[in-house]
Amino acid sequence: MIRIEPRNSSSRFLKFGIPIASALISLLLAAIPLAFAGADIGLAYLVMVKGVFGSVFAFSEMLTRATPLIFTGLAATVAFRARLWNIGAEGQLYLGAMAAVAVGTGLFDVSGILLLPMIILVGCLAGAVGMAIPATLKTKFGADEVVTTLLLNFIILIFLQMMLEGPLKDPMGLGWPQSAPILDQGMLPPLLNRMRVHSGLIIAVMIAVILQLLINRSVWGFKLRAVGENIFAARHAGISVNKTLFGVAILSGALAGLAGVSEVAGLKGYLTADLSPGFGYTGIVVAMLAGLSPVGVVAAALFIASVFVGADSMSRAMGVSSYLADLVVAMSLLCVLIGGFVTHYKLILTKSVKDNKE
Amino acid sequence: MSAKIILSLQGLSKSFGDINANTNVSLDLRYGEVLALLGENGAGKTTLMNMLFGHYLPDSGEIFISNKSGEMQPLSLGQPQISLSMGIGMVHQHFTLAENLTALDNIVIGSESLWSVKINSETARTKVDLIIKKSGLNVSLDVPVGQLSVGERQRVEILKALYRDARILVLDEPTAVLTPKETDILFDNVTSMTSNGLSVIFISHKLREVLNFSSRIIVLRGGKKVGELSTNEASEKKIAKLMVGEDSSLPKKDKLTTGKPLLSLSDVSAKGTSVRNGLVNVSLSVFEHEILGIAGVSGNGQSLLAEVISGLRKPDTGEMSFGSQKVSVLNPREVIKAGVGRIPEDRHRDGIIGSMTVAENLVIESLRKPNVKRFGFLDRELINRSALKLCETYDVRGPGTQAAARLLSGGNIQKMILARVFNNNPQIILANQPTRGLDLGAAGEVERRLLDARKRGAGTILISEDLDEILRLSDRVLVMHGGILIETENKDREQIGLIMAGEKV
Repeated sequence: MIRIEPRNSSSRFLKFGIPIASALISLLLAAIPLAFAGADIGLAYLVMVKGVFGSVFAFSEMLTRATPLIFTGLAATVAFRARLWNIGAEGQLYLGAMAAVAVGTGLFDVSGILLLPMIILVGCLAGAVGMAIPATLKTKFGADEVVTTLLLNFIILIFLQMMLEGPLKDPMGLGWPQSAPILDQGMLPPLLNRMRVHSGLIIAVMIAVILQLLINRSVWGFKLRAVGENIFAARHAGISVNKTLFGVAILSGALAGLAGVSEVAGLKGYLTADLSPGFGYTGIVVAMLAGLSPVGVVAAALFIASVFVGADSMSRAMGVSSYLADLVVAMSLLCVLIGGFVTHYKLILTKSVKDNKE
Repeated sequence: MSAKIILSLQGLSKSFGDINANTNVSLDLRYGEVLALLGENGAGKTTLMNMLFGHYLPDSGEIFISNKSGEMQPLSLGQPQISLSMGIGMVHQHFTLAENLTALDNIVIGSESLWSVKINSETARTKVDLIIKKSGLNVSLDVPVGQLSVGERQRVEILKALYRDARILVLDEPTAVLTPKETDILFDNVTSMTSNGLSVIFISHKLREVLNFSSRIIVLRGGKKVGELSTNEASEKKIAKLMVGEDSSLPKKDKLTTGKPLLSLSDVSAKGTSVRNGLVNVSLSVFEHEILGIAGVSGNGQSLLAEVISGLRKPDTGEMSFGSQKVSVLNPREVIKAGVGRIPEDRHRDGIIGSMTVAENLVIESLRKPNVKRFGFLDRELINRSALKLCETYDVRGPGTQAAARLLSGGNIQKMILARVFNNNPQIILANQPTRGLDLGAAGEVERRLLDARKRGAGTILISEDLDEILRLSDRVLVMHGGILIETENKDREQIGLIMAGEKV
């Protein structure tokens, strides 16, 4: 018989060990679908590793892929730490991207050097507004933010299509639903010559470090944690719960908006309706895998980006479906959730009745 | 000492990590006796009972129980079903009843097979009726439990255990939620049940009850058995000494003349979640050098009153003032700023953030003070230094100021809250059930701090179910019943009891 008892304290070893073990186990489990697909499993893993670490280009591609995931992962982390369930990073990402494109293609007459900061600022604002709406509905009317943020994603996506067919449509775009390109001086500078990896990565990592300090050391972070850990005690202690939650919402939305800015102003240069292959949702997995630690988000985003990029190159080389990557990511989340259970509870094998009598 | 032994715990030990919850505890329970299990919180009573029930597996030791033919046999440990089938029943402090089901359904539920399509309610009713007749546990069987009073619900719990043919009944703090009258009824019932051969283990903090009601007393302290005595040779002082390990003389109260009013409510009304627990035109004032006691059975509006004073709830009508200043904005922050120290009723829910450190919990009400932060960042060194000092001054024991607050025991959590409250030298104190569930040591500490504050000039509103405590500490006593606050004359115990029971409103 197995019994479950809560742990009195969770060890540091488990705190770091569980996410790492989850990541590895989810990778190993990928062998099962690979075997079903009839692929040479050893070779498949090798191709996958080479696809990420095989060349500078491959590695830079992985970093490019990780950049938006760090932003959306941070957006989820900040919100989840306060138990504000922002599932709407995907929509907020597109709001940020739309704002960036609107400003970046010359909506305002901003002189060269100021254009990029302006794009970033406006992108943050747009994302923040996107999350401020559900936050207001929650604090004023008690609407469940899981529902409102999730549904807003679809509304924003349709709004995006409308904009791409209307005001934001590129007049030179041969009728494609895409925006005009952002002016050169509005683009985030690339990090390496002839590679796609751009300075959005640097911004993302810097923000992660700042958030780590902000959450753990600042008065505001204290309030955020207090509201997240025990909303009743926080309110009793005189912390303004609604104000804190609203601030968290603004920050979370702004970070998701930055993901959109970074994708259009760092990578694509223009906006289409398929800018994000679900970065907003994957950000949730990143945040959970990171144990809601901002610096951990960087590591988790690198892992998940590696899985995606590696699986892409594997599928090209071996003819296996690249959906395998989604499978690995999903399994890693499941492993983390199971692991979370193990960190809080311990399983004890109990002796059977017979053993007892002896 | 003639009666036969029905249950024997032998050398039970259980530890959680570094904490030894029970060390080598042995006890015997005899047929038809009431054995009182006394001890401070954290003394290991609950752990011991959980091992008896198979919820925990002891690290070492054995349990023997007499079988139907009266022979002692070992009890398989760690298996609740077997403990139940051997006739061990438990009534928890917090009831485990389904409020939307009738009393009868609640009694029968769980003892029927999961696969049976229909409950055989006729046989069940006959059996329950018989038990009621024998024990005197009167309950209206066909009324949903949600409509029953607390005392009746407790009777349903006991019936539930008896329905499963319990021969041994464990009552965990059974009187904590009862009015004095309901308590008397409970004791009458238990007496008639024991005369029918039931054996009872009675867990309590209240020395008076234990002395009146039990036949033998076992005292636990720090997980060990420190005393076993028959009740007729015990005295309040003697048991208290065993429980805390030293003479815990209760603090002396000086006569003081009261000063200016510090906090007043006038005609405050607020809707509660039921008819009983709202506030109806409540007016009160607390003065300098005064402890104002508010007695009453819980669920009669005290919680809402405390919420209003804490700033958590705006009253529907009526006003609150600090001194002569009317309160215009009522929220916890303003209340803290006005110098009100609050000891919340549910300290786990409202008092602490379990996953944050002790140091962080100590500073949580002081975040607005300029000295704890620099450029918006917390001065962790200063916060930790002051936490260490506070823990020493207020005797908060546990794994340290950097450990999660949930790792502290109940008494130490309350001491931590005391440290937070009294460190700010509050002029007004709201103490809501400040000693509930606390051991004598911690409870004495609470009372001493409240009396110190009174001496210093602070005014305290003390809400408590413990009438002894109210009478001991308060200068004036008000009683709450059904959301109405009733003034009493000269703290007359009998009169207060009657108002509490709603018989003299």
